[in-house]
Formats: sequence, C-alpha cells, structure tokens
Amino acid sequence: MLGPGVAWYLGVAAFLFGIGALGVLLRRNPLIVLLSLEIMLNGANLALIAFSRHAHNGAGQIFALAVMAVAAAEVCVGLGLVVAIHRRNLELDVDRLSELRG
Amino acid sequence: VIVAGSAGDVLVWIVWIGAAFACLASGVGVVTMRNPFLSALALIGNLGSLAVLYLLVSAEFVAAAQVLVYAGAVMVMFLFVIAYIGPRQETPWAGGPTWQTVGAVLASAAIFLEIIVVIGLKAGGRLAHSEHVNGTFGSPGWIGRLFLTDHLLAFEITSIVLLVAAVGGVILGSHTRRHDPGMR
Repeated sequence: MLGPGVAWYLGVAAFLFGIGALGVLLRRNPLIVLLSLEIMLNGANLALIAFSRHAHNGAGQIFALAVMAVAAAEVCVGLGLVVAIHRRNLELDVDRLSELRG
Repeated sequence: VIVAGSAGDVLVWIVWIGAAFACLASGVGVVTMRNPFLSALALIGNLGSLAVLYLLVSAEFVAAAQVLVYAGAVMVMFLFVIAYIGPRQETPWAGGPTWQTVGAVLASAAIFLEIIVVIGLKAGGRLAHSEHVNGTFGSPGWIGRLFLTDHLLAFEITSIVLLVAAVGGVILGSHTRRHDPGMR
C-alpha cells in the first residue's frame, strides 16, 4: 500500500466524526445540523473504506454505498421538514422547536 | 514525514496530505461558518477531498458515487433549500461561551479521544501491514457483482428505504400546502 498506512486514514475519520458531532451539538440552525450530520456519516464512510482496503474485503465498500443511500434519504426527509417549518412561519432554531404538536 | 520508498510513494504522500488537510479544514469551516450558504459550499469541498482519499485506498466506484450522489444531487438539494429559505445569519459564539457551548466541545472531544483509544487498543498492532490488492478491487464491475450476489438483500432494502423517503418528502410537502391555501 503506497503512501500513508490505514491508521492515518482512521485519524482523519475520527477527526471528521468529532467535528461533525461538535456541529450537531453546537449549532442551532437545522440546516447546519444536517450538514454536520453529513460530515459524521462521511467520517464513518472513510473508516469503512480504509478498513475495506486494509483487510481486502469488499463488504466495507458495500456498507459505505448503503450509508450514502441512507444519507440521501435522510436529507430528503430532513429538508422536507425544514421547508415545512419555514412554511408555517416558525423560527428555524432547534432549541426552540422542542414540541412535536401538530 | 517518513519517506522510505519510490517516487510513487512520495507522490501519494503529497496528494494524501493535501486532500486530508483540505478535508479537515473544510470540515471545520462547515461547523464555524455563520452563513449556511458558505457552510454548504465548504461541505462540497469536504466531499470532493474525501473522494480523493477514497481514490488513494483504491475505491474508485465509491469515489465516483460520492461525487455524483453527494456533491452533485444531495448538495444541489441543500443549496436549493437554502436559497428558498434565504440566508439567515447565525452567531453561535456571540456573548461568550455558555454552558451549552462548553458541554458540546467537551462531548465532541470525548467522542474523538474515545474513537482513537478504541482503535489503538483493539487494532493497534494489526494496522501496520495491509493486504495486497489487485486491479479489480473497487472497480464498478467488482462492486456490481458483490451487490448482486453476496449483498443482494442490502441492495433491495436500500431501494425500499429510498422509496419510503421519497413518499415521505411528498407527504411533508403536500401536507403543509393544504394548510396554507394562500401560499400560491
């Protein structure tokens, strides 16, 4: 394997997961919470693909593709919720949207 | 940087360092930008540099799918919604650190350290030597054969998940339109 070993990729993946978790916990705009969630998913994807190369096993890449499809579905529903909140003229702030009443 | 090898090794190291730093910097940018539009643009940079990292671990098909699905389709949807709602500035660090900010930083640092420690304890000794791979590893034909033989159930369930999400998006949109007849 040319270049850096798999441990370097895992370090980048762990940092991405950590910074994504920071964004999810810290930001209040639901759009940026969704973007940070994508960073967390991509950190997990990078770890899966690095281990797939390390162990010469294709299941990691298949899992990464499944994670990408689930992320697309999550973005579809999440952006639908954001647009629905915006159409009801509610404030886009996840700290204030604490009730699930219709 | 320990470089003991051929010129190809040095080249891969240089590309890796560039892509990894672009990836980390744009990840920090997504979380710290005030304008959601700039955050979305930083995430496109993050996804592109991650695709470069995927190419370096010989995952060609996943890198192509990353650029097409994520940086193409998903991010266009994000930018469309941000443009629809209007760029709203948010000042997450105005007025000094609150207990929420301190708690969030501590929790995410704990997650990062936990991942590093678990990887080091469980797999530290086995990470040095990777297996050799041949040219077909990660190619589209190889991925397709895996999807339609060993992982057929995952493939079919993925299609159901996408269908349910599409139906959910349509229902969310039509439900709000019925309550706001004066919107259009």
